Amino acid sequence: MTAIDFDDLTVDEVSRHFGRRRALSRINFRATRGRLVGLLGPNGAGKSTLLAMLATLLRPSAGRIRYGAHDSTTPEPALRASIGVLGHDLFLYPELTAVENLEFFAGLYAVPDPRGAATHALEVAGLADRADEAVSHFSRGMRQRVALERALIHGPRLLLLDEPFTGLDDASGAALTARLRTLREAGAIVVLATHDLDLAEGLLDSAIFLRDGRMIDVVDRPDGLRSTYRDIMSRVHASGVGGARA
Amino acid sequence: MLRKDLMVEVRSLEIAYTTLFFAVSCVLVFAFALVQEGRPPADGAAGILWIAIAFAGTLALGRAFERERQSETLRALLLAPAARPAVYVGKLLGIVTLLVAGEIVLVPLVALFFQAPLLARPIWLAIILVTGTVGFAAVGTLFAAMLVRAQSRDVLLPVLLYPITVPVIIAGVRATAALLQPEVDGEILRFWLALLMCFDIVFVTLALWTFEPLMTD
Repeated sequence: MTAIDFDDLTVDEVSRHFGRRRALSRINFRATRGRLVGLLGPNGAGKSTLLAMLATLLRPSAGRIRYGAHDSTTPEPALRASIGVLGHDLFLYPELTAVENLEFFAGLYAVPDPRGAATHALEVAGLADRADEAVSHFSRGMRQRVALERALIHGPRLLLLDEPFTGLDDASGAALTARLRTLREAGAIVVLATHDLDLAEGLLDSAIFLRDGRMIDVVDRPDGLRSTYRDIMSRVHASGVGGARA
Repeated sequence: MLRKDLMVEVRSLEIAYTTLFFAVSCVLVFAFALVQEGRPPADGAAGILWIAIAFAGTLALGRAFERERQSETLRALLLAPAARPAVYVGKLLGIVTLLVAGEIVLVPLVALFFQAPLLARPIWLAIILVTGTVGFAAVGTLFAAMLVRAQSRDVLLPVLLYPITVPVIIAGVRATAALLQPEVDGEILRFWLALLMCFDIVFVTLALWTFEPLMTD
């Protein structure tokens, strides 16, 4: 299957409701190739819901998401072939070895030579010597590295990451940051939801601040991410509304 | 999907052990309760075989998506560019393979305890068992996938599954009972077998049709 390629991702007035509960309200942003966009906000802000919609797992209740010229209302398999997702859960089978996990997912994405792709991915992750060990024996950081390779095994144009720094030590966190920079330089569109502002510092091309399902601010090339975050959130808290820019 | 599921199952033997242990216990309890002075109840073997298959099948179905739930891999499968009904078909084939493997152990056991000539016509019996198992598993796999995030899935699965699969189980019992008669009535056997095949076609078609919308959102 030929994956649908695109140069930009456009989120246009997207809202999502679960019954009467509003999870996201009128979100707008655009990300182009080679951009790394951060979704920042407290728990329950709607970051994971937005990522699930970008991944085509959820449909917007209103508004639309466009992947280049392609609309998300009809998520085709060819479009999903261009998207890689690293969720909060790692989407790995603990009973299978690292190479078997990656080979299985490479097969699902119709990657030519799944075994070769899996072996290469493990070399990139620095886990080639542990390829034949069951993933259940791995530390959280090692599993996270395998999961990142799983998300990247088909060379996606759009990479969606939900809390990718969770459970990583400093070295692994730095390695992940370096990998994301490489992907950005290679032309990927990366959307990253995180609470780890220290590791995201200097990494993001733009930061979207969410609160209570609303987009409260967008900052390009954010500097001093922690203080920016604190200022924006306290400003919104003081005004008592979550919709400064929504 | 099928290869992956079987690989995981061969390593853990989790579903195989639990379902087999449960099915064998079921047959043993019926044998001790119903076989009096070495005389089994007339036509009892077919019913007991299918009860054991249905109960063990429910147990297997309940566990089939547990692995996908624990590591949220069901989301990864739904994200893949493969057609979503293919995920269903892979899971269905995995369940059918496991249940058929269990039946290979169950059939001689039931034949032994209930003195039933189950192995006298092995090809016919295999056709009945496979068609019945496919019908049962087709509905069960769909419900198990639907309930994967429901908290009370263990309770809900049999509640939803049995009312819909009772016709399959009855057809399976009647076809097997027809096969166990000293003189097999070919017309009756073919009637129940045709009914089982109709159920298979209807259930598999409906499941393939509804799997994608049920799994989206």
